[in-house]
Amino acid sequence: MRDTRSTRTFFVIAATVALAVAGCTSGNSGSSASGGGNANATVPTTPVTLTWWHNGSAQPLLGLWQSVADDYHKAHPNVTIKIDPLQNEQFLTKVTAALQTNDPPSIYQQWGSGRMATEVTSGKVMDITQAAAPWIGELNPKITVGWQQNGKQYGVPYDQHAVGFWYRKDLFAQAGITTPPTTLDELNADVVKLKAANIPAIAIGSKDRWPDAFYWDYFAVRECPTSVLKGSTDLKLNDPCWARAGNDLQAFIATNPFQNAFLGTPAQTGAGSSAGMLANGKAAMELQGDWEAVTMVSLTTDTNLTSKIGWFPFPAVPGGKGDPKVVLGGGDGFSCTTKATGACVDFLKYISSTPVQEKLAAAALVPVNEAAVGSITDPNVKENAQVLQNAPYVQIYFDTSFPFTVGQALDDAVANYFAGKGTPATIVQSVTQSASGGK
Amino acid sequence: MSEAGTVTDRLGVSAGGTTDSTDPVGRTAPRPAGHSRRRRQRLELAVLLGPPLLLFVGFVLAPIALAAYYSLYNWTGFGALGNFIGIQNFHDAFAGSVFRGAIIHNLIIVGLSLVLQLPISIALALLLNRRLRGRSFLRLVVFAPYVLSEAITAVIWLLMLQPGGLVDVGFKAVGLGGFIHQWLADTNIVLYTLFVVLTWKFIGFGIILLLAGLQGIPTELREAAALDGAGAWQTTRYVIIPLLGPTIRIWIFLSVIGSMQVFDTVWIMTLGGPAGASTTIATYMIDHGFRRLEQGYGSAVAVILFAICFVFALAYQRFALRRDTDGALTRMVG
Repeated sequence: MRDTRSTRTFFVIAATVALAVAGCTSGNSGSSASGGGNANATVPTTPVTLTWWHNGSAQPLLGLWQSVADDYHKAHPNVTIKIDPLQNEQFLTKVTAALQTNDPPSIYQQWGSGRMATEVTSGKVMDITQAAAPWIGELNPKITVGWQQNGKQYGVPYDQHAVGFWYRKDLFAQAGITTPPTTLDELNADVVKLKAANIPAIAIGSKDRWPDAFYWDYFAVRECPTSVLKGSTDLKLNDPCWARAGNDLQAFIATNPFQNAFLGTPAQTGAGSSAGMLANGKAAMELQGDWEAVTMVSLTTDTNLTSKIGWFPFPAVPGGKGDPKVVLGGGDGFSCTTKATGACVDFLKYISSTPVQEKLAAAALVPVNEAAVGSITDPNVKENAQVLQNAPYVQIYFDTSFPFTVGQALDDAVANYFAGKGTPATIVQSVTQSASGGK
Repeated sequence: MSEAGTVTDRLGVSAGGTTDSTDPVGRTAPRPAGHSRRRRQRLELAVLLGPPLLLFVGFVLAPIALAAYYSLYNWTGFGALGNFIGIQNFHDAFAGSVFRGAIIHNLIIVGLSLVLQLPISIALALLLNRRLRGRSFLRLVVFAPYVLSEAITAVIWLLMLQPGGLVDVGFKAVGLGGFIHQWLADTNIVLYTLFVVLTWKFIGFGIILLLAGLQGIPTELREAAALDGAGAWQTTRYVIIPLLGPTIRIWIFLSVIGSMQVFDTVWIMTLGGPAGASTTIATYMIDHGFRRLEQGYGSAVAVILFAICFVFALAYQRFALRRDTDGALTRMVG
């Protein structure tokens, strides 16, 4: 009798939980039906609260975004913005989980392209095509296109990035290098000179994998014509230029340009990271995004760092069919979710406006609103902006432009190749294999 | 079910109050009183067991069931579960060399823990159990790493193990410069480097556990052994170690389960690299489930890890812990 009772109680409880879970699930599917609905960018007359997840968890962005939210609230007292700054790495897990619930943040950090396309399938990312149409033209179209999917705008970038070589002017001088290299042969010659002067030529954060991918990405950008790059989203990579990118990478790694034990070096953690090595004069070059200007400052006590650091674009590759002015890059942006109201789009409009974009420029970011580019003070960031402006095409990093799963498989394959596992061909195969569902 | 009966009987004893406390519930007591008391017991049971049961079902059983369900789909984690693929994910996992490597890495960590950590823990526990000057301080020193969070431990060691870092400087200072390796960059040694860090982090726990075990050994037994003419080694070998048996068996259990699930330290220090040389089942699961957004596949890996730990736990309880936990657990599973 007792046993029967307790069994029955157990089932009652289990059924309650099951119902609760089922309730959540059915709620999910109900709301996803409304996903993708168009937003009307009007500011509401009743009070609303927008929750905002961004990755500016450290200064200067932390304070900057707070002031942007405060200013917006002052101008629109009906709209309160609740900020939740997250570490970059947290977005993967938190956004994935949040977009499965009925309570995602109103605005969240969005890197566009393949990853955004994956998130859009949740039905929780707001289609802002019409609402943003009146003002999105003010932003660099080479970048905003990355936040589109099937012709619909699902987010707005606030800054743009270019990947290139950061270098130490003092160490270059020490090795007798007078001008930064413009071709691969010159770069190779400079590596030899630096090593002869006992200076680690290039720092790389291979532990984190994605810095490795920049090399393959750029060799592909230099080897492949722009039309082939644009068509790469079919994930077939049939053109022989993709294989040549792997061969170029193989030849480059063979020159042994990287620091000792680079496979275990993190990209941005501590003074021993690749960014820290450059900031502290322990290596002469690093292939990284423009964000490195801000990253390096926090990794050294050197107050004169900016004057010692220079930047040059990835050199031209002899025989390559790619336009040497094409830049590998991307941007950071925000998406609204379907939980948000029209106020969200209005807030994105505010972030894209020249006054806010000028603030970003002053904080050493490359603003996506080209009217604000003039406010950049850092000479290296200014050069980044110039290169982006002159680029006939900006190739978004392949790990982002490809569907998310495929992009990460590519990063892993390149990282494995750096560690001596695989061949130039396996890098291309990783893309085609992952695209067809391989693990 | 007999276990549930035992608990109820015990509850009945404590709630029984005025009646004979040795009386089995509801057998000899007068019917009306027994009836109301039974209701009270059921209420108590519901109040006491309800919330934990709810939590257990909601946060342990339901997620396991959901993971098993998701593992049958090719699912990115967004939108509806559309693409049912049966056991394809499990097949892919076992067919992949990286996942098979991950299982081997976990087994290596399990093996090294048993072969190296256990003897070191026992030796240090025996040492710290003796009366010696500064014993409390030494115990504190040995236990301190365990108190640090795994993330902090991993970051500290990550920085110390960089080329020219504190570890290399230390080796050079004592004239062992030739022993310096690429600790985290060499695919042949990275796993063993991580094992050293894990040992540094967790050895304090084993020592504290064994010290507690040693405290439970009556001094009379040592005295008796001494009177019989046993030396220090003989006392340790034939009296202390056998009596530490239950504690050692529990340590082995926790160590094996912990070694199978190791994640934080590896993820922060190497992300499972270079080239998968330090990938464990758990880092592989997160890498695919979240970094690659293959949540269906990640769920399949989670189910495999759960199955390995579950089978080990049941078998170990059944065969190794049977005597130690007799009456508490074995009856339920056996």
